[in-house]
Amino acid sequence: MRYVTEYRDAGLVRGVLDEIHSTVTKPWVMMEICGGQTHAIMRHGIDQLLPSQIELVHGPGCPVCVTPLELIDKAIAIASQPEVIFTSYGDMLRVPGSGTDLFSVRAAGGDVRVVYSPLDAVKIARDNPDREVVFFAIGFETTAPPNAMSVVQAQAMGLQNYTILVSHVRVPPAIHAILGAPHNRVQGFLAAGHVCAVMGYWEYKPIAEQYGVPIVVTGFEPLDIVRGILHVLKLLEGGRAVAENAYSRAVTFEGNQPAQQLIDRVLEPCDRKWRGIGVIPESGWRLRREYADFDAETRFGVEEIRPQESPLCIAGQILQGLKKPYDCSAFQVQCTPENPLGATMVSAEGACAAYYRYGHRVSEG
Amino acid sequence: MEDEQEKVVIHGLVCPRPLTHYETVLLGHGSGGKMTRDLIEGTFYPPFENPALMRGDDAAVVAQPEPGRLAISTDSHIVSPLFFPGGDIGHLAVCGTVNDLAMVGARPLWITASFILEEGLPLVILEHVTASMKEAAGEAGVDIIAGDTKVAERGKADGMFISTTGVGWVPSDRAVSGANAQPGDVVLLSGPIGDHGIAVLAARGELAFETALESDIAPLNDLVEKMFDSCSSIHVLRDPTRGGLATALNEIACQSGVAIQLDEEKIPVRPSVAAACELLGFDPLYVANEGKLVAMVPAEDAETILQAMRSAPYGEEACRIGEVEAEPSGKVLMRTAIGGTRVVDMLSGEMLPRIC
Repeated sequence: MRYVTEYRDAGLVRGVLDEIHSTVTKPWVMMEICGGQTHAIMRHGIDQLLPSQIELVHGPGCPVCVTPLELIDKAIAIASQPEVIFTSYGDMLRVPGSGTDLFSVRAAGGDVRVVYSPLDAVKIARDNPDREVVFFAIGFETTAPPNAMSVVQAQAMGLQNYTILVSHVRVPPAIHAILGAPHNRVQGFLAAGHVCAVMGYWEYKPIAEQYGVPIVVTGFEPLDIVRGILHVLKLLEGGRAVAENAYSRAVTFEGNQPAQQLIDRVLEPCDRKWRGIGVIPESGWRLRREYADFDAETRFGVEEIRPQESPLCIAGQILQGLKKPYDCSAFQVQCTPENPLGATMVSAEGACAAYYRYGHRVSEG
Repeated sequence: MEDEQEKVVIHGLVCPRPLTHYETVLLGHGSGGKMTRDLIEGTFYPPFENPALMRGDDAAVVAQPEPGRLAISTDSHIVSPLFFPGGDIGHLAVCGTVNDLAMVGARPLWITASFILEEGLPLVILEHVTASMKEAAGEAGVDIIAGDTKVAERGKADGMFISTTGVGWVPSDRAVSGANAQPGDVVLLSGPIGDHGIAVLAARGELAFETALESDIAPLNDLVEKMFDSCSSIHVLRDPTRGGLATALNEIACQSGVAIQLDEEKIPVRPSVAAACELLGFDPLYVANEGKLVAMVPAEDAETILQAMRSAPYGEEACRIGEVEAEPSGKVLMRTAIGGTRVVDMLSGEMLPRIC
């Protein structure tokens, strides 16, 4: 595969790893923001090849993991209604709400469908005019443009039966929350390449200056990740707190302007609750008033659902980089991918699932 | 015209003759009566023709081939869509059972097939499927000697379900089991993984891209015979179907109480499968195959068996992918291309496309 195979070249990766080993002089704590990067690190075994002085902690960048419990309960309540076709990205189906999950709703007769894009959900709405079609619009800046586009398209097509259940989140406010926390240990960030492909990295410049931490835009293949780590390391060792780009084949400083304009047209900033972390000011997007007709929460009257989390789950501290999955008493015991207590064990990008799938048995063995 | 009709004289009540040929499956086809008979004689006998079946008794009577052990396996087949690039549910029903028998070293002899048909299924589809079963059974050298048909009401079966049971004979010098992997064994794989799963997914029309990829569905008993012809010391054979290679190897590691160490770089994946998996967030290690096998063989015989595989049908792209070790027992590990090591766990639940 062009543009993938090259970035998995073992020789090139080892070369960068050698340079990391020869550059590091003292211990550093870095956070990879994105859950996709967490999985790539575990899947390729990158963490085992780093010098012991570099500690990687895993960030909150898993959209499935941070989607608050009440929103999942709202999704379940909507999906259970007989007139509804509930559409979602696949990995939301197994995330436990406070009582059940979307898979179980489907087994009980609910019409829950996996789609690969919200534009597919719009097509389903067009083809089923007598049904209410709802799309579960979660995610970071990466999925916001297609989700916004689906609303614009539905409006242009005059569809009355399409709504989205919105729980969008944004990376920069989360970084503020992590760096502003009293027990913060993170000294440098690998910023999420896909998010920056949409948003650029102009938003990170003032954060790097304000907190004195380097932030480097990083991709997802092994070579991208080790280059991102080396870049952060060099900035840390050189005492430079700036935002720079190690993923220039996909990311520019300004980002994708039409996509940003589309987001701005349909969505507006709002305070958002992050699962396990709490409310972060201005950290999310919701539908603008002009598009209120497309808001599933109001159409189905589910605004008042307020559930409780499992008391055992420490996903919130894991998502803030304060703890690791091994620190959790429920990890591998009460909490497994088959029976997850929290979303970090469910999603393909969740830190607990990554440790469970790729890591834990190596350390046992 | 009207004059002619007026001349018709009706002598009492005339019962209209029932239709004898239908375009679709009706509930009556599962009644056990005349319509069932017609379906059996019209649709199942011609393709499956063999003496044990055509005798029409309640059970097929066959002669025991040779003294020794028999292998018996049963399987149900549900696939959507019924037809996919490279095969259909008929191929799947025969090859799935043939391969299960071959994976214990058996020579498949007979298959029985039970059909659950959905009311309204076009008969032409059923005939297409039975033709595929004939083709696959012919290639594998097995007879379909008994069967059953039931009809489910419309909406209660996804077109059709097929359950098959197979019987095979196990030569006395073969001792193959998932529990027989030994530390030091070499792990062989018969070809690239993931073709079937991605081909079926693409055939569902849910993907935003098209692929020329075909399912790898195939009967593997001939390949297995060629392997045993070269060397009878094979310890483990398994066809990594649902759950993919990763799940099959985890099962073997647990059954045998050994560790399996894989080399990421040596596991063959076609570029189109790799690309589809990248897009969807799947790992090819967990994607289904229907015409591949993985074998564990003593290191000293590995090269001989590998060469035999490569000269046999469906084994041309066979390769070594790893070895068996004593510890950590029950685990599958993989050396990544860049030199790390990771655990390859079983698939938990359904494989789900990722959000981004």
